[in-house]
Amino acid sequence: MSLWKHYLLPTSIQEAVDALSELDGTSAVIAGGTDLLLDLDQGRHPPVDTMVDITRIDELQQVRVEPEGIFIGAAVTHNEIIHNPVLKENVRCLVEGCGLIGGPQVRNVATIGGNVAHALPAGDGTIALVALDAQACIVNSEGETWLPIGDLFAGPGVTTFDRSRELIKGFRIPLSGPGEGSAFDRVMRPQGVAIAILNMAVWMRFASDGSIESARIAVGPGGPTPFRAHALEDLLSGRIIDADTLHESARTLQDEIKLRTSPYRATEAYRRHLIATLLDRTIGRISAQLLE
Amino acid sequence: MDRLKLMVNGEEHVVEVAPGEMLSDVLRYRLGLTGTKIACEEAECGACTVLLEDQPVLSCTMPAMKTDGKTLLTIEGLRSNGELHPLQDAFVKHGAVQCGFCIPGQIMTGYALLTDNQDPSEEDIRYALRDTLCRCGAYPRIITAVQAAAQSLRSGSPVSEPVMQVSGDERVVGRYAWRPDAIAKVDGTAMYSDDYEFPGMLHGAVLRAGVPHGIVRAIELEQARAVEGVHTILTAPDVPGRVNHGVVYHDWPALVGIGEKVRYVGDAIAIVVADTRGIAEQALGRIGVEIEALPVVTDPVEAYQSDAPRVHQDGNLLKHIKVRKGDVDLGFEQADVILDRVYFTPAMDHVFMEPECSIARITDDDRVEVYVGSQIPYEDREQIAAALGVDESRVRVIGTLIGGGFGGKEDIAGQIHAALAAYHTGRPVKILFDRHESLIVHPKRHATQIRVRLGAKRDGTLVAAQTELYGDTGAYASLGDKVMGRATTHSAGPYVIPHVKSDCYAMYTNNPPAGAFRGFGALQSIFAIETAMDELAEMLDIERVTLRRKNALRKGSIANTGQILDESVGLIDCIERVQARLEEVAGKDPFTARQVVGEPHLSRAWGFAVAFKNTGLGEGAPDRATAEVELLPDGTVEARTSSAEIGQGLVTVLQLIAAEEMGLPLESVRVLLSDTDLTPDGGPTTGSRQTYISGNAVRHAASALRDSISATLAEKFEVPPGSIRYVEGLAQVNGQQIMMDRVASIMNEEGRKPLVSFEYWAPETYPLGTEGDKHFAFSFAAQAAEVEVDLLTGEVRVLRVIAANDVGRAINPLGLLGQVEGGVIMGVGHALTEEFILEGGEVWTDQLARYRMPSIAQTPEIESIVVEHPTSEGPYGAKGVGEISSMPTIPAITNAIYNACGVRLRKIPVDQDWLALEIARKAPDGA
Ligand SMILES: Cc1cc2nc3c(=O)[nH]c(=O)nc-3n(C[C@H](O)[C@H](O)[C@H](O)COP(=O)(O)OP(=O)(O)OC[C@H]3O[C@@H](n4cnc5c(N)ncnc54)[C@H](O)[C@@H]3O)c2cc1C
Ligand code: FES
Ligand code: FES
Repeated sequence: MSLWKHYLLPTSIQEAVDALSELDGTSAVIAGGTDLLLDLDQGRHPPVDTMVDITRIDELQQVRVEPEGIFIGAAVTHNEIIHNPVLKENVRCLVEGCGLIGGPQVRNVATIGGNVAHALPAGDGTIALVALDAQACIVNSEGETWLPIGDLFAGPGVTTFDRSRELIKGFRIPLSGPGEGSAFDRVMRPQGVAIAILNMAVWMRFASDGSIESARIAVGPGGPTPFRAHALEDLLSGRIIDADTLHESARTLQDEIKLRTSPYRATEAYRRHLIATLLDRTIGRISAQLLE
Repeated sequence: MDRLKLMVNGEEHVVEVAPGEMLSDVLRYRLGLTGTKIACEEAECGACTVLLEDQPVLSCTMPAMKTDGKTLLTIEGLRSNGELHPLQDAFVKHGAVQCGFCIPGQIMTGYALLTDNQDPSEEDIRYALRDTLCRCGAYPRIITAVQAAAQSLRSGSPVSEPVMQVSGDERVVGRYAWRPDAIAKVDGTAMYSDDYEFPGMLHGAVLRAGVPHGIVRAIELEQARAVEGVHTILTAPDVPGRVNHGVVYHDWPALVGIGEKVRYVGDAIAIVVADTRGIAEQALGRIGVEIEALPVVTDPVEAYQSDAPRVHQDGNLLKHIKVRKGDVDLGFEQADVILDRVYFTPAMDHVFMEPECSIARITDDDRVEVYVGSQIPYEDREQIAAALGVDESRVRVIGTLIGGGFGGKEDIAGQIHAALAAYHTGRPVKILFDRHESLIVHPKRHATQIRVRLGAKRDGTLVAAQTELYGDTGAYASLGDKVMGRATTHSAGPYVIPHVKSDCYAMYTNNPPAGAFRGFGALQSIFAIETAMDELAEMLDIERVTLRRKNALRKGSIANTGQILDESVGLIDCIERVQARLEEVAGKDPFTARQVVGEPHLSRAWGFAVAFKNTGLGEGAPDRATAEVELLPDGTVEARTSSAEIGQGLVTVLQLIAAEEMGLPLESVRVLLSDTDLTPDGGPTTGSRQTYISGNAVRHAASALRDSISATLAEKFEVPPGSIRYVEGLAQVNGQQIMMDRVASIMNEEGRKPLVSFEYWAPETYPLGTEGDKHFAFSFAAQAAEVEVDLLTGEVRVLRVIAANDVGRAINPLGLLGQVEGGVIMGVGHALTEEFILEGGEVWTDQLARYRMPSIAQTPEIESIVVEHPTSEGPYGAKGVGEISSMPTIPAITNAIYNACGVRLRKIPVDQDWLALEIARKAPDGA
């Protein structure tokens, strides 16, 4: 059965938001379509009359360095992200996270904006952006608004912005400074349902004495929306990385996170069990990076 | 309709596309580029990969309009100046092509990789191809092929040829050969059922019950009939002949009518026939069905209880199968130790990459022609004819190429429905399953519960074995009693045991039916017994390989079914060859856990297991095949039989045999399979019987044809027949060379048709419970598998597998290697990830994304050791290999996991979640 009736390929943001506003809620933004089409086909997305394809809008395809930081257009694909030298240099956890998504066929079309807008609590690109404290730019026919990425999510698969009228233009991430590093890791099942059992992105800035000046940690799925581990971040600030810190970190995170069982995918107990391992792996890799 | 302009393979196309059309629809159905394959339509398998602006993308989930104004490359565009691209050539030469269905996707993805990376490492290849699935498990050959192509592209020299050990000293048999069907499979011209189109063709879609047990009270068709483009809707009263079908028992209704019973979610209620598949599916949604739910039974042990809901009128017991040898009570009295354990295996799906598809049409002379990729064309013909109520001669089944079977294409899928639809509309009708329907409808691997009791002497001598099996055959019998029969006869393993008692209960439930699947019940039993043997070894404190060798069947042994094995018992040889190789690669103590240096949470160890598997039908079933071999006027030879090529390499085997017998080069022999009008009955493609049975039929037919030719030439040239030789495709008579086309015309001039038909009967076998041999041959195998267990996450990787298989004789070493590797990879999936999950009879694994089958990323390094203990009857000594190769892999892996981390696995698949928590429970401080 046909998943849509009309297909639009706007070439500017204005054209796209105008179309969305005119279609008054009967349309959907499509980027790579790797989530949307399956959601539609399997009945998880309400029927769509018109698809507004945003992948021919130049602005949304760009990665560029601006005075405020790096801008990543929402329609940039995972493959472009993992091959981009600026991103490799500055936002390692995003590159690592996107590199684990799908195979090349999926990464060639799936976009970072789609990953975020899909609003799953454990999207790999999303979790990385949350740890990087990215700002997101939402556009509608009235204009654009910048807001912290965490403010986009209202629940699993639910966004605070209206996906049938608004779109994400892109993300902004500060350039990496001295003593800063990030890493991403996850535990998956080999093959099948492409959502991490548990994933984690960690960003850290170290003071010159080797202690942690500040840290940001995102974990998924750790609740209805991408989870920021604030208690753990507080704990880490000022600490140095040693066995005690890691041990306490795991305990703190286990206490603050809200884990649950997903049938046939992972038990709550298993997710809890994986926390220490993911913390060890990510923090270990950041330390190694900074020694490079 | 939108106008779409695109450049495909250098040619510009402008097409009108309907709303919702994907790129794959445009390529396949509007442009006729059917080389791009569809296996899931859920972005999961990679079969549909094409290059969009040089980048690989999935065409099944790419809205066609996205490609407007863009440039595409498909598999059909890779040839240049008529020559295969080196990557295509390498896939052919290195045996990377089996059923071929995944191959266009593999090649396109590989092609993109080679464009970016001229010298990809094995890791690069695994990363690039990790979401491009091959159920035949050709992954090791694919890696080799990509590297060979890269080498050729870099150097400009032709693609290298594989280095293979030759078997024996025949002229062509025993030397590796390329599959004749491989070229079409690498260039996109191979035709599978869905690739056929007929003028005026309609499309059918089937309404499934959706409830596991109930009585149909009402079917409301009005609204569905009103949908524009619907031609007809058929229900049970529209079946003119026999409603029930079934390969062995006719217990499976083609359509369930009002007042009748639905027994599983996949039961068919109605067939909508419409102009397009989309319309048919839309109309399905408008059919109203009322089903009065009945209590459901989904567990075979529960099904056996007297108060269980009844699936069939006569109760839930399909068959109680017994094996008796000696006096098992006496045996256990003599035992010093007794082990008693219960093992579990789940239902599994074949996930052949090509979903089921049948096309039926009525011919000008009013016959019904059905195009289908079927493992048993003659059986299909019988069942279709019976359903239509016509004589079998009115039905022709034409076997198309098959994109994988593994046992899952032995039953009726859409054949009868398509035939009914064509019969009622007079138009050609195609019924194509999507993956969802395929997963729900076709028979699975039997879920089993197997209890094993073993009694042994202190010194390890086995004295008694008692096994009790419950098998879930689901709603309909399919091949359930045969499969569970094999499970029973293999349940005490390939060991000499004086006292054996086995009881098996093959039970009906409200789950999807279970039937044939590579390993045919024996696979489940081998997991149980081979785990039990490791447990027993530990109990006795005897080394596991030693224990097995001590008790292993050898020449002259009496098998558990009472049969004396008087030849071709290569088990000891398999065990010793694996053991020797293992010592070379892993030292004296391979079974003890070792930490990976610098990674204390990674623990490695090897595990060991053996297996045996009968060749052929056995247990009293007459096993025969007929083949024809004909010398054609152009001097080439055609061998014909109806057996099916499901990817296993039968065409090559038959080609090699006919060429050997006829003294012809391989290229002069063509093999035609699976057409009930043109090829004689070859019997079912099952039970690893093709090489042996069909191979023998071709062999005898070919040698008889050669003798007949020699006799004719001898008469004509007045020389003794024995003096005539066949060399390089020429007949040599008295120093004179005669071309084969001339030979053909001489035959015709002499009034002798250059054609021989031979019906081969395998040695007789006898049913269980009677005297005499139950099977005419067994294959044997031993394997060692090395695993790495992540003690923190429970993740398991299989690193290496050493596999020795006694196949009697390697007719085509390259094909054999593919069968062994593919079997091992399927075994890895079965051991670690694959489970067909049901909840109260409803299918949870109803999408490919939920059924975890192995990808190239899970593929271990596989070393194949060929052991040849010939059978005197088999062609050149050969026996079956198709099934045995995956059987020992499973317990070798689970035993290795125990060795690596101390957690015993009595249930597959090994869940990483469960394993991690078990490891943590055993060692609270972690690694
Ligand atoms: C085989 C396979 C493997 C996968 N593996 C992973 C994995 O490992 N990890 C993972 O995280 N994901 C995975 N995914 C999911 C998916 O590919 C990603 O989430 C992807 O990033 C989604 O991007 P898209 O462009 O395809 O989104 P689409 O499907 O086009 O859109 C998703 C949703 O976002 C909306 N949307 C898209 N772009 C915008 C925008 N700019 N503004 C507003 N709304 C927008 C759409 O309307 C829709 O609701 C996998 C998918 C497949 C098919
Ligand atoms: S990914 Fe397209 S058919 Fe499977
Ligand atoms: S050859 Fe790959 S699926 Fe058969």
